Amino acid sequence: MSSSTEHTEHTVSNRMMELVVAGAFIAVSMLVMYDNWRVGARWVEDGPQAGYFPFYIGAIMFLASLGTFVVTLRSQFGDTNFVERSQLKQVMQVLVPTVVFVGLIGLLGIYIASAIFITFFMTWLGKYPIYKSAPIAVAVPALLFVMFEIWFLVPLPKGPIETAFGY
Amino acid sequence: MEALSSLIHGFGVLGDPMNIVYMFVGIFLGVLIGVLPGLGGANGVAILLPLTFSMSPVSAIIMLSSIYWGALFGGAITSILFNIPGEPWSVATTFDGYPMAQQGKAGEALTAAFTGSFIGAFIATLLLTFLAPLIARFALNFGPAEFFGVYLLTFCSFVGMGKESPFKVIAAMMLGFALAAVGLDTVTGQLRMTFGSTELLRGFDFLVAVIGLFGVGEILLTMEEGLAFKGRSAKINLRVVLHTWRELPKLWLTSLRSSLVGCWMGITPGGATPASFMSYGLAKRFSRNGSKFGKGEIEGVFAPETAAHAAGTSALLPMLTLGIPGSPTAAVLLGGLLIWGLQPGPLLFVEQKDFVWGLIASIYLGNIAGLIVVLTTVPLFASILRIPFSIIAPVILVICAVGAYTVHNALLDISVMLVFGVLGYLFKKLGYPLAPLVLALVLGDMAESSFRQAMLLSRGSLSIFWSSPLVAILVALALVMLFWPLFAYISEKMGRGPRSPEIVAGP
Repeated sequence: MSSSTEHTEHTVSNRMMELVVAGAFIAVSMLVMYDNWRVGARWVEDGPQAGYFPFYIGAIMFLASLGTFVVTLRSQFGDTNFVERSQLKQVMQVLVPTVVFVGLIGLLGIYIASAIFITFFMTWLGKYPIYKSAPIAVAVPALLFVMFEIWFLVPLPKGPIETAFGY
Repeated sequence: MEALSSLIHGFGVLGDPMNIVYMFVGIFLGVLIGVLPGLGGANGVAILLPLTFSMSPVSAIIMLSSIYWGALFGGAITSILFNIPGEPWSVATTFDGYPMAQQGKAGEALTAAFTGSFIGAFIATLLLTFLAPLIARFALNFGPAEFFGVYLLTFCSFVGMGKESPFKVIAAMMLGFALAAVGLDTVTGQLRMTFGSTELLRGFDFLVAVIGLFGVGEILLTMEEGLAFKGRSAKINLRVVLHTWRELPKLWLTSLRSSLVGCWMGITPGGATPASFMSYGLAKRFSRNGSKFGKGEIEGVFAPETAAHAAGTSALLPMLTLGIPGSPTAAVLLGGLLIWGLQPGPLLFVEQKDFVWGLIASIYLGNIAGLIVVLTTVPLFASILRIPFSIIAPVILVICAVGAYTVHNALLDISVMLVFGVLGYLFKKLGYPLAPLVLALVLGDMAESSFRQAMLLSRGSLSIFWSSPLVAILVALALVMLFWPLFAYISEKMGRGPRSPEIVAGP
């Protein structure tokens, strides 16, 4: 992505990341082959067994990823940074709250979790005062509630608070 | 003409005024999706799909395809006014669109883009109207081996036409197939790759994957750029529109060429994005003003948009006639059809005439409606784009979570979506293509069952794949596509040689 490679910003090289992902692909392909061999990947009286097709899918994935792995190892390029530290920080600033948000959905239901998530995001990342973020944080879940629960009759995950109100 | 009378019948299906309302709502939502970062045609349609379950299939598909047209139009707005391509296929539009906006000619650029889109889609729709029934009738004779041949050609085309490393294309595609195979095997009833987990029994739904890969992944990528919208204001009024329209007939050759490029790339799974780059490159080469391209030439806006829309529309041709979508968004539409119990393929044209022709008729109307909607609502969407990213991003993430949940009413799917989001971010950065992954996830089961049926017919001998001329041609073409990167590599080593089938390699 970025061509500047300041040493202070160094996180992980593109080459390293390529190898890690290709390695992960190889691991997945071996898992696929293993499990489908267990199910049965051969030809029997009544036709191919259940694992026949996926087994070869795994085998092709294995070969292709091995190709990527070897090509990356042999290439002279790829010592550029995979991601700048400042960029990584920004990505994490979104990713970590989102993970927490997804966790909260299970506990509090999607409406309350969304309200908390939007408030947090706007005040912490967007530096908005609370009186600006609160209306949006309430309006979006409210709109979702009306749309899904009332108009389209599609129930969304709800938590203890909605239950207390009789939903 | 049989096609013509069927089409008129199709317009009759549309007669229900509610369908026209759905069409306008769909276009509006589509443009909104197209201008917002993180929401695009594919995941936008995926998120809205569950909302249409209560509608009749005809109304639902009209609304969903209208969303798709809207998203195609919407990408141009952000490209021209903000220099940010809202969709990958509008990257080429920024080259000349943004310079025009800087020169105060945003209105002209937008009019050219929208008109180009309209023309491209119109030509592709004509093609669809007259070619689709023929292909469908031809494909009625297809057996499992022929179908597998078509699948093989589709997937091998990704290798031959893609600009990514062929190893990565294949790996991403195989990941899609492997994920599609997770769960209960419908033929033998055996469990595959569930590893004792009951949650994995359902397998991976591609809608959840699409929302994660394209939605969450896109937000993470956008965040990296540290977003700051600096938009140009757009004044678009009837005078500007009419003035631009008077200029456009001069570009008839460009529009024809771009449409053809678009149609070709749409039917083969090249998709709208390479089509727009290719068309831009061709227009630059053949235009008298070629040297001025990149500084704000109206032709440079017109050409890629025409091709992108032609490709977007013609991607429906293989989807409807063979059940093989030409783009991820068409794949999501196909998923919708399957949910309503409509099996896309040649039989659809026989058994569901109302549905097919209603859909094709709606494309004609949807395009006219789309042109009207975008020309009148540009200022509104431009102002939506000025909402800061720190407000837009959490709202989009919430919408993605809702979309992922409603597919199966499963909480776990929201976490799965998140994992796919991180995967999408990594894949985009490392140049693993997402489209073959999604198509493999959608078509995996069908490709497998056609393979199995073919193998049963031949008692396990691969010779069935060259037993008839048609199958042999399909398989041979597929192999050429598969090994194309190898040919290109060898001829490069030899010094000179043919270039890859893609003329312009875009970023």
